[in-house]
Amino acid sequence: MSHHILEAQGLSFAYPDGTPALNDVSCRFVHGESVGIVGANGAGKSTLLLHLNGLLIAQTGVVRVGDLPVTAATRAQVHRTVGFVFQDADDQLFMPTVEEDVAFGPLNMGLPADEVQARVRASLEAVDSLPLAARAPYRLSGGEKRAVAIAGVLAMSPSILVLDEPSAGLDPAARRRLIALLRSFSHTKVIATHDLDLVLDVCSRVLVLHQGRVQADGPPARIFGDATLLARCHLEPPLSFAPPAP
Amino acid sequence: MSRIDAALGDLRSLEALAARDTALARLDARAKVVATLAFVVTVVSFDRYAVAALLPLAFFPLALAIQGELPAKPLLRKLLLAAPFAVMVGLFNPLLDRAPMLAFGDASVSAGWVSFASILVRFALTVGAALVLVAGTGMNTLCVALTRLGVPQVMTAQLLFLFRYAFVLGAEAARTSTARELRSSGRAMALAAYGPMLGHLLLRAFERAQRIHMAMLARGFDGELRSLRTLRWSTRDTVFVLGWSAFFLLVRLVDLPQWAGRALLGASP
Repeated sequence: MSHHILEAQGLSFAYPDGTPALNDVSCRFVHGESVGIVGANGAGKSTLLLHLNGLLIAQTGVVRVGDLPVTAATRAQVHRTVGFVFQDADDQLFMPTVEEDVAFGPLNMGLPADEVQARVRASLEAVDSLPLAARAPYRLSGGEKRAVAIAGVLAMSPSILVLDEPSAGLDPAARRRLIALLRSFSHTKVIATHDLDLVLDVCSRVLVLHQGRVQADGPPARIFGDATLLARCHLEPPLSFAPPAP
Repeated sequence: MSRIDAALGDLRSLEALAARDTALARLDARAKVVATLAFVVTVVSFDRYAVAALLPLAFFPLALAIQGELPAKPLLRKLLLAAPFAVMVGLFNPLLDRAPMLAFGDASVSAGWVSFASILVRFALTVGAALVLVAGTGMNTLCVALTRLGVPQVMTAQLLFLFRYAFVLGAEAARTSTARELRSSGRAMALAAYGPMLGHLLLRAFERAQRIHMAMLARGFDGELRSLRTLRWSTRDTVFVLGWSAFFLLVRLVDLPQWAGRALLGASP
């Protein structure tokens, strides 16, 4: 069994007000893969990610992390394996200091104090934010907040990283640093984003969602070279994308 | 910066103060809670006309504030913010209790005014001590300490979430207020508009609180409060609690200002 494999089969979900969000979605992410999930607003990207981490439980179909089905009973185990970085870093950073916030996950895992301290230090170092440890999160810049939010997830040592709009609200330099950071991780990465240039830089595979359904799944060159597909899904090719010569 | 933002920043400054490494912060949070509780019990145990006898108790919050290197100004500002409540509680005492109690030459002070002053002193002492406790410990560690002292987890978690929710609600209120001001051209808002605005505010704050809760769940939160600051009771904490308890007992049993006054007058020729 490998906890690095993440799989959804026949996944459907509708919100309590009846709005359908996912419709028979099947996908599989394997060890070390970096997959970009793209689609217009309301396509179901965030809803799919919330299922992958067990924050939402499948109404129809099944989600598996390795051999472990994602259910209410297995949610705690899933959280340890699949780290979730939220779209708005302010939602994720709720402790009074950066250090305490990064320690939140490891403390909840029941790790001893010295192990927690070591993980906090290592994960802040990994995102180049160790000097921020004593700072209050609300005083950080957008890029710093994003880095600390990622450190908070890394501190739990997940095998898989799921990121919702990681580049949203970042200035070009902070975005560039984030891309370099994401490329440096060897984790399996699933990234939902509107930033198709980021997908081109970081991901080896693209999954296109439209109205809750998977419309296409393949390498970035093929997906972004399909003008008809992109137009149908209300997308545009990334600015940095150069179609392969015929 | 709007007044809401300023108030939020003020509240957050308490948390920032608690994050520093000071002699007060290094004490076990349980010791601070127990000593503060003993302090509050001592303050409320005094006669309702006690004023001067209470004053030596001010030494406790002052000493803790010094030990915690806490700045006086922000704490006094928060104390003043809550003062109207104490004033409201004691406001009618001078009107209802007019019996003369103190005489200064021909002038006399009624018992109502003395009890009113006593309420204000008690308020300053107890709220001041509570502020020092929060600023020197941090809300998270404080709630962990309360849980370890036997307060049901459901209550301490509610207390912590209430504190955190105040920030969420405040941040949403600040955004709503800014958006309204930008389109109001300086006009006051009609009373009828307050209802829908408050409704929107609560819904937005509720949605944000849900997202924060999800983020907590995603990082393994299971309802149990944990703190990076390990609670370890040492001899220093025992000395802290016993020392302050002895002081409170002394102040309660001996009217120190009266004793000092007599000693001074007796010593004078």
